[in-house]
Amino acid sequence: MSEKTRKFKGGVHPNDSKALSASKPIQDAPLLDSYKVIMHQNIGAPPELVVKKGDEVKKGDLLAKASGFVSVPLHAPTSGTVKMIDKCPGPTGISVPAIEITADGEDEWGDALEPIADWQTSDPEQLKQRVWDAGIVGMGGAGFPAHVKLSPPEGKKIDTLILNGAECEPYLTADHRIMLEQAEDVVLGAAIIARILGLKTAVIGVENNKPDAIAKLTEIAGKYNVTVQGLPVNYPQGAEKQLIYAITGREVPIGKLPMDVNCVVQNVASAVAIAEAVVQGRPSIERVTTVTGKPVVEPGNWRFRLGTPVSKALELVGGVNEQPSKLLLGGPMMGIAQSSLGVTVMKNTSGILLIAHDEVSLYTSEPCIRCGRCVECCPMSILPATISQAVENKRFDWAEDLNVTACIECGSCSYVCPSHRPLNQHFKRAKIEIQAQLRKKK
Amino acid sequence: MSETENTPTIQMPDPARLVVSNSPHIRKGTDIPLIMFTVVGAMLPACAVGIWFFGLAALKVLLLCTLSCVVIEEAWNKAFKRPSTWKDGSALITGILLGMNLNAGVPWWVCILGGILAIVLGKQLFGGLGFNPFNPALVARVGLLIGLPEIMTTWNQPQAGNMAADVVTGATPLGMPVGDTPIMNLLTGNTGGCLGETSAIALLIGGAVLIACKLIKWQVPLAYLGSVFAITGIAHLISPETTHSPLFHLLSGGLLLGALFMATDMVTSPMTKKGAWIFGLGCGIMTSAIRLWGAYPEGVSFSILFMNALTPLIDRVTINKPFGYTAPVKGGAE
Repeated sequence: MSEKTRKFKGGVHPNDSKALSASKPIQDAPLLDSYKVIMHQNIGAPPELVVKKGDEVKKGDLLAKASGFVSVPLHAPTSGTVKMIDKCPGPTGISVPAIEITADGEDEWGDALEPIADWQTSDPEQLKQRVWDAGIVGMGGAGFPAHVKLSPPEGKKIDTLILNGAECEPYLTADHRIMLEQAEDVVLGAAIIARILGLKTAVIGVENNKPDAIAKLTEIAGKYNVTVQGLPVNYPQGAEKQLIYAITGREVPIGKLPMDVNCVVQNVASAVAIAEAVVQGRPSIERVTTVTGKPVVEPGNWRFRLGTPVSKALELVGGVNEQPSKLLLGGPMMGIAQSSLGVTVMKNTSGILLIAHDEVSLYTSEPCIRCGRCVECCPMSILPATISQAVENKRFDWAEDLNVTACIECGSCSYVCPSHRPLNQHFKRAKIEIQAQLRKKK
Repeated sequence: MSETENTPTIQMPDPARLVVSNSPHIRKGTDIPLIMFTVVGAMLPACAVGIWFFGLAALKVLLLCTLSCVVIEEAWNKAFKRPSTWKDGSALITGILLGMNLNAGVPWWVCILGGILAIVLGKQLFGGLGFNPFNPALVARVGLLIGLPEIMTTWNQPQAGNMAADVVTGATPLGMPVGDTPIMNLLTGNTGGCLGETSAIALLIGGAVLIACKLIKWQVPLAYLGSVFAITGIAHLISPETTHSPLFHLLSGGLLLGALFMATDMVTSPMTKKGAWIFGLGCGIMTSAIRLWGAYPEGVSFSILFMNALTPLIDRVTINKPFGYTAPVKGGAE
């Protein structure tokens, strides 16, 4: 079935550099001696600890339970002993609480979750509860609890389920490999989510630069009444709002959620996690991550347990050929720069990326020459140049009037700016300031 | 543990040398000098034709203007302890544009005076690159035109390939009676006028380069030239004896130079496509009005400066509707 695909306004075309790892099959990372599982891996409230130092845990046992509706539980990545509960380098550079597990080498499963084999006839509420119990979050990067998206409030009718397989970030190929190697699970996950939402169909959106994944998924998608839709290659095609527009033509209003236009979007890796949680009873304790970059000796796609330190991941790919300029968690457009190799793989770590010196130079910001490139490429059609000047003058009220809150922080404007202005940074700051103002008023 | 012993040959990144900064972490690689020097390249064909027809005098004017703009920019930076900016290429463009807007026969000091007007009055007093509301080269041209009307309205006649210093002066085709100048001469540049404005073909080649490299918004020249063609066309239909043909209007005077190289200046023209249409249209209407009914035979500079002044307003009324924008509900609870 070929649906009409719309092209969103704006966007940029960075060199995708995916060839480094696109053809590398997913490998299972060998068991480590210890894992440092970061406690707070989801948007929303951090989970509540249920183990203490010295406890014996089995693989998949609960380490921390959800502390509210917008919160997810955390499970043990392997069997072993809780060594300590302490600080570990976090992805934002601040040390964060983490649970260290010393592996016993047995890697033995506990008996936490029962497989739900008859998911096609079981109660959708039970399936949704399972998604929650398995601790599944948006694995594309945001880390938003999956079950929350599957729980539209009274009065919101969901009519479209979209699986996000766009993977528009350069370098990253984890979702690509998942769609190729675990196509069955992707489609199965789509069908399960559709059942939870009371839908009969689902659409998987994939950027056209992955024809093999589109072909593979299309081959089997019909089994569960799922369709696959090729999307134009245009960053940020995988941004939720742009994806919904491409597939349905609906514009999510500024400040609203996909469910406000009757849509639910889940990442393909999350769909696989959901399929595994339901059919096999596996909680979310591992994920596929692309370890790549020009300085990397052998870029590839790896299945890491949560809590795997970046240093161990880099050892698996043979280390580096040269000192990189940057270490990122995520892709080059939206990823977060790290200063420590001790930071560990989380549920939303889609990539561990090393950027070479020749790819990133340090710029001084120059005055805006009003070339309008940022205006042209902004997928949200706001005025980055003007907003940036408002922020420089600390006129956050102007920035707000110019809809800075619509910014999705995709970084396209900064990417094209010939004056190397820190546009994206300015918008992040403006949003924080506007939030602070709002709180003050209340 | 012995992991380090097992893997002695692996080189790992040195965390102390990792750069931490905001996303995005890659950049497109287009920077201001690249943009500016491409524009310089696009101006060269018209300059070359100018030198061919107006001789070494044209080369002298171009060099003097360019040099004075660059030197004055640097002197200003030194005097006010600002970082050096000549390498960004913007003063270079201003200088070449100023030269192109002068007659090849102007005295040397006019070039230097023009450079001072352009860089100091047109640019640095407003805060330098990016902050000037008016096109600096046009500020200088209009300043000179008002202050030195005689020098600025005397034009050398073309002498193809003659590099000698002796020149014959004459009128610009716009000031000549209808039907006196063959269109062919306007296309090649074999006509009187400012040294960089006479050859339509050379200017169009440069303009094509700018559009192909996406350095200008094509909406500006299209709206500008289109509206001049339409308005002068109507005037020509009404009174063909006293009005030049629309094609003549397009090719003569500084219209092509203005529409392709000066109205399109990024800093002083609107940022949105919609704004570019309005800007070009406004320039076209103004130019036509001055040419048809004004006291000056030429109106390109005045029109562009006038529209430069309107640019902030145009920018304000042509803001794109943001993706997902819904008009706020009046008296809403939130």
